[in-house]
Amino acid sequence: MTAILAATGIPRLARGVRLRHDEARGQWVLLAPERVLNPDPVAVEILRKVDGARSIDLIVDELASTFSVERERVAGDVDAFIAGLVEKGMIEVAVPTIGDAAS
Amino acid sequence: MNVIAPAARPDATVRPAPPAPYGMLAELTHRCPLQCPYCSNPVELDRRNVELDTETWLRVFSEAAKLGVLQVHLSGGEPTARRDLEQMIRHCVEVGLYTNLITAGVGVTPERLQSISDAGIDHVQLSFQGATPEITDKVSNYRGAHERKLAVAREVRRLGLPLTVNSVVHRANIHQIPDFIELALQLDAKRIEIAHSQYYGWALRNRGALMPTRDQVFWALDVVEEARVRLKGRLTIDAVVPDYYAKYPKPCMNGWGRQSLNVTPSGKVLPCHAAETIPSLDFWNVREHSLSDVWLNSPAFNAFRGTDWMPDLCRSCERKELDWGGCRCQAMAIAGDAAATDPACHKSPLHAHLLALAEADATGGEDYDYRRYTTPDRTT
Repeated sequence: MTAILAATGIPRLARGVRLRHDEARGQWVLLAPERVLNPDPVAVEILRKVDGARSIDLIVDELASTFSVERERVAGDVDAFIAGLVEKGMIEVAVPTIGDAAS
Repeated sequence: MNVIAPAARPDATVRPAPPAPYGMLAELTHRCPLQCPYCSNPVELDRRNVELDTETWLRVFSEAAKLGVLQVHLSGGEPTARRDLEQMIRHCVEVGLYTNLITAGVGVTPERLQSISDAGIDHVQLSFQGATPEITDKVSNYRGAHERKLAVAREVRRLGLPLTVNSVVHRANIHQIPDFIELALQLDAKRIEIAHSQYYGWALRNRGALMPTRDQVFWALDVVEEARVRLKGRLTIDAVVPDYYAKYPKPCMNGWGRQSLNVTPSGKVLPCHAAETIPSLDFWNVREHSLSDVWLNSPAFNAFRGTDWMPDLCRSCERKELDWGGCRCQAMAIAGDAAATDPACHKSPLHAHLLALAEADATGGEDYDYRRYTTPDRTT
């Protein structure tokens, strides 16, 4: 499978998008302009690592190790999920080096 | 089979606690440089001397966060008229609330915007009364308003803040919907609200000058649908539908006392911003009650919660938990009874009457009764 985003890219939540734990309802929520989204448990694990410091590669490594799942499968899920939020303008990805992105 | 039933309580109806609200509209002030004839503020506006002080607002925000509110809409009037706005934003950020500034963008300097941004505002919603200076300035009754709004929009984006363009549409500007959408794209807004004027308070007073024709309304719905598809991924278009020509009523507030609440400049807590048009309701004030107490226990919030209050026509309808009975303020305005079926519903005996009102008003005059203080200022 070909990745949509550069694995070296560093994702962060766009200004105006916030992830927080909603104590009153006991769940995680993603807050955006006039929107409250309820990410599923897998999405929450990814979003908690989207901090503007970790690269997509590192996020995949950490998740694969924490949950003992095949790295390739995690990579596909993370890429698709983050790309979806990039399209919605909720995540921005900074690519530090110029190179072959989709390998 | 065992039947476990609670002991009879003759003194109270047993009702489950309502779920926590998601959003709170904080109307920080009714002061505003603009005079839009459809303003959602009540006809009797609160003056500065009755506004809540900073300390009380901060307490209300803390209580809101604790109650489960996630997003706070800092509105007015013009919220930047409050010099303590930044202090409130910082407090909201501290207690975890998402902050949305709803501004008219007149009298807001770049320095002020910088300071609002630094305080941690999450999102800015800016109103445009027209897509061109002539219409914005006429509808808001403020010369030069449009140019000032454009400058504010550019500054908001320069600061990297997400921007929503809000346009209330009615007979004088409904033809500009494609231009409003184009304007939002030009200003690099990611979202636009196209809100048909809703007829309560000031707008009810001005209905004859605001009501579009049926043809205009149906044309507008098509234009918005087409743009939604075309601009998917570039611009989110949220629409507030016109209901005088509709078949089904709007699910007003997604149900009374179900998801959100509204605090007025003087501290009254309302289920929606027009609720004060229902004279039988008594609204508790944050000066005397905690927000949680109001949400759970105030008679005004419980008056039309759920489906028990509904007339048979609504309670027996399969859409009762889609429409939530429509709008109580509209039932009040048209049927004279806040518990009646919303006349916007085709099942209402007053539906034909509502349609006739709209069609008559659509050929009305052009003169606005502009929003202004209607009672004398007793502060001096």
